[in-house]
Amino acid sequence: MTDPETGVQDAGFDDWLDAAEEGDAYYLECANGHGSLPPRRVCPDCGSTDLEEVPLPETGVIETFTVTHVPTPAFEEDAPYATAVADFGPVALTGQVVGIDLDAIETGLEVELEITVSETTGERVIGLSPI
Amino acid sequence: MSNVRVAGVGLTPFGSTPERTGRDLFAEASIKAFEDSGVPREDVDALLYGNFMGELSEHQGHQGPLMAEAAGVQAPATRYESACASSGAAVRDAVMRVRNGEDDVVLVGGAERMTNLGTAGATEALAIAADDLWEVRAGTTFPGAYALMAQAYFDEFGGEHEDLAHIAVKNHENALTNDKAQYQRAIEVEDVLEAPQVSSPLGLYDACPISDGAAAVVLTSEEYADEHDLEAPVAITGTGQGGDRMALHDREHLARSPAAREAGAEAYADAGVDATEVDLAEVHDCFTIAEVLALEALDLEPIGEGITAARDGRTTADGETPINLSGGLKAKGHPVGATGASQIAEVAKLLAGTHPNSSAVEEATTGVAHNAGGTVASATVHVLEVVE
Repeated sequence: MTDPETGVQDAGFDDWLDAAEEGDAYYLECANGHGSLPPRRVCPDCGSTDLEEVPLPETGVIETFTVTHVPTPAFEEDAPYATAVADFGPVALTGQVVGIDLDAIETGLEVELEITVSETTGERVIGLSPI
Repeated sequence: MSNVRVAGVGLTPFGSTPERTGRDLFAEASIKAFEDSGVPREDVDALLYGNFMGELSEHQGHQGPLMAEAAGVQAPATRYESACASSGAAVRDAVMRVRNGEDDVVLVGGAERMTNLGTAGATEALAIAADDLWEVRAGTTFPGAYALMAQAYFDEFGGEHEDLAHIAVKNHENALTNDKAQYQRAIEVEDVLEAPQVSSPLGLYDACPISDGAAAVVLTSEEYADEHDLEAPVAITGTGQGGDRMALHDREHLARSPAAREAGAEAYADAGVDATEVDLAEVHDCFTIAEVLALEALDLEPIGEGITAARDGRTTADGETPINLSGGLKAKGHPVGATGASQIAEVAKLLAGTHPNSSAVEEATTGVAHNAGGTVASATVHVLEVVE
C-alpha cells in the first residue's frame, strides 16, 4: 500500500505485488526447500537465512473460503466479497475470489493469481481467479 | 514449588458503555478484586495488565503505569499484548513470577474499551490481530478468518451451521444467571440460523459481541495466603502457552489449533492432571466454531467430534463437562484485553462454589481456562484446582 501523503510503500510486499502484476509472482525458498512469503530474511520453518526467489506455481487450489458481508471500512464498497485460502504448493495465499459468481465458489476450485483493486480504496488486492 | 492461590477476583459488567474510559473500567475491577481478596494494596509487588487496542480506541499507549495508578497500586506495571490472549499471557507470567519467588502478590488483569469505535471501527481494530500485509489487505476480517476455519472444519469433518447454533444457545442459557453478562437473554436455534450473515457460514449469533469491560485477579503465593489466613481455596496449578504461524494460510491444518493443543498439554502436565479429570472449562468462544476447536485442542473431545458436543448435551450445564458456564465470550461478552483474566475469575468462582452456576458442578475440583489470540497464533491454558 502506498501512503497517500508520503508516497512510502512497504518494501518487499509492494515489490511482490509489482511482480505479480507482471505475471512474475514468486515465493521465497530456503536451502531446505521451505516456502514462505516476503518480506523475510529468515525461514520461519528452519531458521535458514539462505532464501531465494522462486517462481510461484501457476495455479493453486481453494482450501477454504468465506463470503464477507460485514467488512472493515477499507472494503465497505466491496462487500459482499469472497475471501479464500488457496494452496499453491510451497506456499498458500489469502486472496479475494474474483471473476465468478459468489454462489459458485467451492473448496477444491482451481485458481490463478490476479492482482485486482479494492472498489473502496483503489488499493491493490491479491485476487484469485478460477480457471 | 508454591501453588499460586487465587486470593480475589473482580469483574465489571461486560457490555456497551462507550463513554467509560479504560482506566475507570480497570479501577472498578481492581477495587472488587481487592475487596474479595482481603489483600492490602501496598502488598502488591507487580501489576501485569492485558490490553489489545488501547492505541486505536483511546489513543493511549504505555498503559501499565496508568492502570497501576487507577488501581491505587504503587508497584512496577507492565502491559501485555497478545491480541485476545493478552490477559491470559499476563496471568501466565504472574503465575511464574510468584512460583519462582520473585513476587508474593501480583495484581493481574486487563481491560478493553471497544464500543466507542462503533461496529466498523471495532471490526477494523480487531482485524489487526491478523497479518496486515498478507491477510487484512486481502479483506480478511476477524469473523472472516474464523469463517474460513469453520468452512474448513465442515469440509474436513462434516457438521453444519445448526450444530454451531447449539453452542450459541447453550452459552446464552448459561449467561442467564450471570448479572455481569452482556446478554442475559435466552435464544433458540432458529434465531441463530435466521440471523444476518457476517461471513459465511457464520452469522451474527455465531459471533461474540463487541464489549467494554475489565477483569482483575489478585494472585498470591501459598505462603502468603497461609500467613495472612486468606480465604483462597483455589490454586492455579498448571500453566501453558503455545504459538503458531501468524497467518491462517501458513498453518498445516486450517481446522485445528495446535497452539492451544501445545498450551493445554503443557498446562495438564504442569498440574499433573489429564483431560479426563477436567470437570469444567471456560474456553475462548469468540465464534461458535472456536469452542469446537478449543474442545478438540484440549482433548475434551476427539478431533472431528467437538462439533456435536453442545447439540448432544455433553457440554451443557447438565452435561458431563460443562463448558462456558459463565456464558462464554458469546453471551458474557468479550472485552478483548479482559477476557483471559475474566476466565480465571469465573473458573475460580465455579470451583469455590461462589458462582451462580456452581450448583451445576457441585463436586468439581478441576477447571480449565483457555484463552486464544488471533486465529490461535497465541494461546494460553491454565488449570485451576481446589486445594483446600
